[in-house]
Order: sequence, then C-alpha cells, then structure tokens
Amino acid sequence: MSPTPFLVLSALLFSIGAMGVLVRRNAIVVFMCIELMLNASNLALVTFARQSGNLDGQIAAFFVMVVAAAEVVVGLAIIMTIFRTRRSASVDDASLLKY
Amino acid sequence: MITFWILAPIMVACALGMVAVRKAVHSALLLAVVMISLAVLYAVQDAPFLFAVQIIVYTGAVLMLFLFVLMLVGVDSADSLVETLRGQRTAAVLVAIVFAVLLIAGITQTTIGAVVGLDEANVDGNVPGVASLLFSKYIFAFEVTSALLITAALGAMVLAHRERLTPKPTQRQVVRQRMLDYTERGIHPGPLPSPGSFARHNSVDTPALLPDGSASELSISRVMRARGTVRDVSGDRAIEAAIESDAKQLERTHMGGAPGEPDEHRLDGGDR
Repeated sequence: MSPTPFLVLSALLFSIGAMGVLVRRNAIVVFMCIELMLNASNLALVTFARQSGNLDGQIAAFFVMVVAAAEVVVGLAIIMTIFRTRRSASVDDASLLKY
Repeated sequence: MITFWILAPIMVACALGMVAVRKAVHSALLLAVVMISLAVLYAVQDAPFLFAVQIIVYTGAVLMLFLFVLMLVGVDSADSLVETLRGQRTAAVLVAIVFAVLLIAGITQTTIGAVVGLDEANVDGNVPGVASLLFSKYIFAFEVTSALLITAALGAMVLAHRERLTPKPTQRQVVRQRMLDYTERGIHPGPLPSPGSFARHNSVDTPALLPDGSASELSISRVMRARGTVRDVSGDRAIEAAIESDAKQLERTHMGGAPGEPDEHRLDGGDR
C-alpha cells in the first residue's frame, strides 16, 4: 500500500474544507469545514506514521483530536452567544468591528 | 487498498456535498459519512485505537454537539445566497482548486521512500504501543491537554451562561399578566391548542381544526410553519365528507328502508 493515494485524498479533503470556509456564510457550516480540514490532516499524520514505522504520527493525530474537541466546545458556545445577541448565525452579520 | 478505492470517491463526494448543500443539517449528516469513512481508513492503516477514538469522539460527541447547536439555533436558518463581496464565491473556488493542485503536485513529485509498516511497532498491540509512547515521551503534552480540557469546559460554561437581568415572575404575576392580556388584547388565557389528532393522522404537522373546519394556526410549531411542512387538511375534510356520505348510503341500501327511519325498520325485523 503506497502512501501517496492516502496523501492525495488528504490534500483533496483539506482543499474542500478550505473552500467551504471561504464559500459558506453560516457560522456552523464554516465550523464543520474546519473540522473537515483537521480530519484531513489527521489522515496524513496516520499515513506518515505507517510509512515511517513508528507510532509518533498516531500520537500527533490523537492530540489533534483532543484539541479539536476542545475547540468545538468553545467555538459552538461562542456561536450560541453571538446567535443569542443577534438572532443570526451568519458570519456576515458579526461585522461591528468594521465600522 | 480496495477499501481505499471504494471509500475515497464516497468521501470526496460527501465533502463536496457538505460544502454545496444549503441546509446545515444535511451538511452535518454528510460530514458524519466522511468521518466514519476516515475511521475505516485509520483501521486499514494499522491504527485501531484511532479508529475507535475517531468514531467515539468525532461522530459520537462532536457531531452530536453540532446537531444540538443546530437545533438550538434553528433548523430553518438556511444559508443566504447573497454575496456580500462580488465574485468572492468564484474566487474562493478558484483558490481552493489552485491550492489542491499545488498540494497534489507536491505530493506526487516527492519520493517518499519505502513503506516501513507498523508491524514492528504494533508487536504488543496498537493500544499498548500508543500508551507507552503517550505516557513516556509525550507525558508533558498529555498533562497540558488536561489543562486545555478544563479551560475549554470552563469557557463553555462561562459563554453559555446567561445573566438574569429581570427578577423571575411569580405564579401570581404570571396569572395576572395572562388575564390582563385577555382583557386588553383578547389573547386566550388557556394553553395553546394541541396539534390535531384525527383518524387519518396524529402527527404534529397536522393542525387542529377550528369548529368551522379551518386549520388553527396556533396549534402548529413556528419552525414547521417557517419550513412549510404543515400538512394541508382541506383535502382531508373533503375525503371525510365523502366517506360519511358513502357510509350513509351503505346504511340505506343494507337496511332497505326509507331514508331517515332505519331504527324503526330494524325493530320490525327483530320482531319477525
């Protein structure tokens, strides 16, 4: 099993996630796309762990998962707070710092 | 490798669908497919521990949290299609394609070398291998993780907490307010009518019927009205009327008597 197809898939998923972050307006969907990018990098880490024959890559992927879980909790709480004050989950509506 | 070639197209299609689909709930479900497929790819690549963690943490906890917040924020909040910056969408897609081409070109041009494989590292099993590494070489990172998790939990509690700005109304005040609303604005003081329960449907999308046969707007949830999934009951009324007239006609033909006096006829038949 050559690692290249796995890495190509990881790159594709990362790019799709980046595109979603740029294209979508709903804050929750933007957040989901960030999760997709984190997962894509995890796939690359696991692939490199198998390629180099030690478990350090898997440990790194594990830490990425922990950080992602913490990030989701805080991020969703922030989205909830913004929604409560503005009645909208769109990233375009939170633009008060612009003016 | 077969697993990979089956799962990779599904994953890419679902990821593209996640970006393209308008409703956030559909995005979440497509993301679930991508994450479960990723878990299978971890299992294929000798990482059974990460396979389990991926399913438990991501598809179990994180996605449920996403769906939970989606339900709180309101399922009816679909994405607006109005572009704030003109041409931003096409530019974003273009940038993503260029980025993907760049990454893939870089990966395919590099010689990565022979695959060592994890057979040697996984001699005692994958979980003990990961654990021995985690609790020796990465022990400091592991300890810091605990601080991170505590901070995240605290942060979520602080952000989700809502200060009470006005005192909580007592039961007496609530009743007084209701009666005041009734006298001044004519709002019914009792509970709202429940969604209709008919012989044909008893789901919440069926509105209750008012005495004149029209549907009661109050008996249907606001979200369902916004999404336009309220069942139309005017057709049901017509069917009901048809069934009723059929039943009357059947009664007449079976009894054989003059319409309007079937009871009398039945009594006669019993006597003979």
